[in-house]
Amino acid sequence: MKRIAGIFLAALVVASMASAQALLINGAGATFPNPIYSKWFDEYHKKNGNIEINYQSVGSGAGIKQVTDGTVDFGASDGPMSDEQLKAFQEKHGFGILHFPTVLGAVVPTYNIPGVTAALNFTPDALAGIFLGKITKWNDPAIAGANKGVNLPAADIVVVHRSDGSGTTYVWTDYLSKVSDEWKTKVGKGASPNWPVGLGGKGSEGVTGQIKNAPNSIGYVELIYAVSNNIPYGTVKNSSGSFIKADLASVSEAAAAAAKTMPDDFRVSITNPAGAKAYPIATFTWLLIPEKFSDAAKRDSIKGFLNWMLADGQNYAEQLSYAKLPKEVVAKEKIALAKIQ
Amino acid sequence: MAATTTVPSAGPIAGSRSFLSRLREGDEIARLITFLFAISVVLVTLLLIFELWQGSALARHKFGLQFFLTRVWDPIAEQFGALPFIYGTFITATVSLVIAVPLGIGAAIFLAELAPVRLSDTLEFFIDLLAAVPSVIYGLLGVFIVVPLMRVYVQPGLKNTLGFLPLFTGPAYGVGFLTAGIVLAIMVIPYIISVSREVLMSVPRDQREAALSLGSTRWESTWKVVVPFARTGIMGSIFLALARALGETMAVTMVIGNTPTISASLLSPGYSIAAVIANEFTEATGNLHTEALIELGLVLFLLTFLLNGVARLLIVITAQRGGGTAHA
Repeated sequence: MKRIAGIFLAALVVASMASAQALLINGAGATFPNPIYSKWFDEYHKKNGNIEINYQSVGSGAGIKQVTDGTVDFGASDGPMSDEQLKAFQEKHGFGILHFPTVLGAVVPTYNIPGVTAALNFTPDALAGIFLGKITKWNDPAIAGANKGVNLPAADIVVVHRSDGSGTTYVWTDYLSKVSDEWKTKVGKGASPNWPVGLGGKGSEGVTGQIKNAPNSIGYVELIYAVSNNIPYGTVKNSSGSFIKADLASVSEAAAAAAKTMPDDFRVSITNPAGAKAYPIATFTWLLIPEKFSDAAKRDSIKGFLNWMLADGQNYAEQLSYAKLPKEVVAKEKIALAKIQ
Repeated sequence: MAATTTVPSAGPIAGSRSFLSRLREGDEIARLITFLFAISVVLVTLLLIFELWQGSALARHKFGLQFFLTRVWDPIAEQFGALPFIYGTFITATVSLVIAVPLGIGAAIFLAELAPVRLSDTLEFFIDLLAAVPSVIYGLLGVFIVVPLMRVYVQPGLKNTLGFLPLFTGPAYGVGFLTAGIVLAIMVIPYIISVSREVLMSVPRDQREAALSLGSTRWESTWKVVVPFARTGIMGSIFLALARALGETMAVTMVIGNTPTISASLLSPGYSIAAVIANEFTEATGNLHTEALIELGLVLFLLTFLLNGVARLLIVITAQRGGGTAHA
């Protein structure tokens, strides 16, 4: 696999050298921020014609793997790298890798219950119970209690989840692990967990397709996907006890709550945060930048891009339905830029 | 047309001695080049096995033979067992062949023996077209048409009539082994028809004439003489279809439900080897997860290898029983 990737990369390098003298920077990783990353890299190239950033949205796991193998210059991930992954990088290269948050996204519960048009309210217990397979009927008191006045049927709940390994699933299970001890011990958090119940759909479109097909079903998708496809979704009760509908404001609120306690390496999970208006199932998405570059031109270009991304770049976020970084986080990241050598 | 003759050699070319010797040199070059092409197939296969074997070392050492017997697939706890995926691959391929073989061969017999030539050629054009449709299109067809039909009509119908069999129990989700098998059957039928029709049409005319002259009806000549004569080739078409069904990824993952379960019920959601590799490979975290997926690839390779071996054996046995006359 590595060999094939190497040959492919070599071909790319040769092709690029033949076509232009532009500095080519290669990155790979998360699919969820791909729309804004494409926009950024394109805009940045327009402003700096000699720098071309090529991004392959191959998935967070593959992004971490490729940057560790050294086949790309930087990676991108929806979940922070684990301690073991950091250690593996350190051992292989002799220096570390840095996390830079870029934008925020959220994951929302979506459902299809014939006859129910109202936006449903979900408590953490209800969501954990449904996905653990312990709550099996829509009129279960755990769901009905939070939805007074909605006529919920006594039908079996069909659970739908992502079948492909995904950052969306990582955030969803990270949240469930925080609000349910049973989930934490039985299933845990990860991109492809061993689901206790449910059907798997491939990709966000697979999940929504399955939900549309099967009456009385529930699943989860990214906020940006739900918004751009007009998919109705429910509210989730946050740690202060209010039911919050996910939107740019409530996601930024979740980030603001986390900004105060942001660790220096930016590896932070912001699911189930404090904050009265914060939506509880949100996440940063990160660029993974090695601490050292042997090529000084490459290093300066990447730093230049990160600087631009933290300033002007942030203005592109909201039109693409991503939440901007809080000011405190931007300030902190600018300081962290000095660590890239 | 002559199915019984061995590969016909190129026609003799008349010419002077020097021309012949030059041609002879050309022959040598051509032989060498084509030999390289042929050997490259073997090399690619060996390289593939080597890479799969190398790439799964960690998983092979950790799980050993347990890999084939374990039902748990938990990437977070790093527990990996291939059994549900092997089961799902086997069941969906079987269901697809049970449906596709009679339909495909029946259609091929009609097209080759009974239909007017013009109709046969027109239909063949459409069948070839179907064989070239990308599998994601069949997957979409499955999601938007087959799955709702299964959920609303077919699965409840099966439960009401044949529900006493363990094959048709459990909730009707629409997706599952049966749906995947049906979509696969739709995908492989064109292969069976196309190849079988060619084989049937290449049966020598005198075989039919001999049967008819002995007083057999049109159908008797078809069923008792032509079809047995083409038996080996028809088998070949079935195994081509089987290979496609085993390895199909996209269409299967869209309709199988992607749940690693082992259930006697065909209505239950399941998972196949190719589908889980496609689903989890890009986001596999940790070496063990990646290597377990590569080992699944090795398992699929072995499964295909094994079934191909059985196919060859079957062909040899049937050819012997038929007195060695049938060689397509």
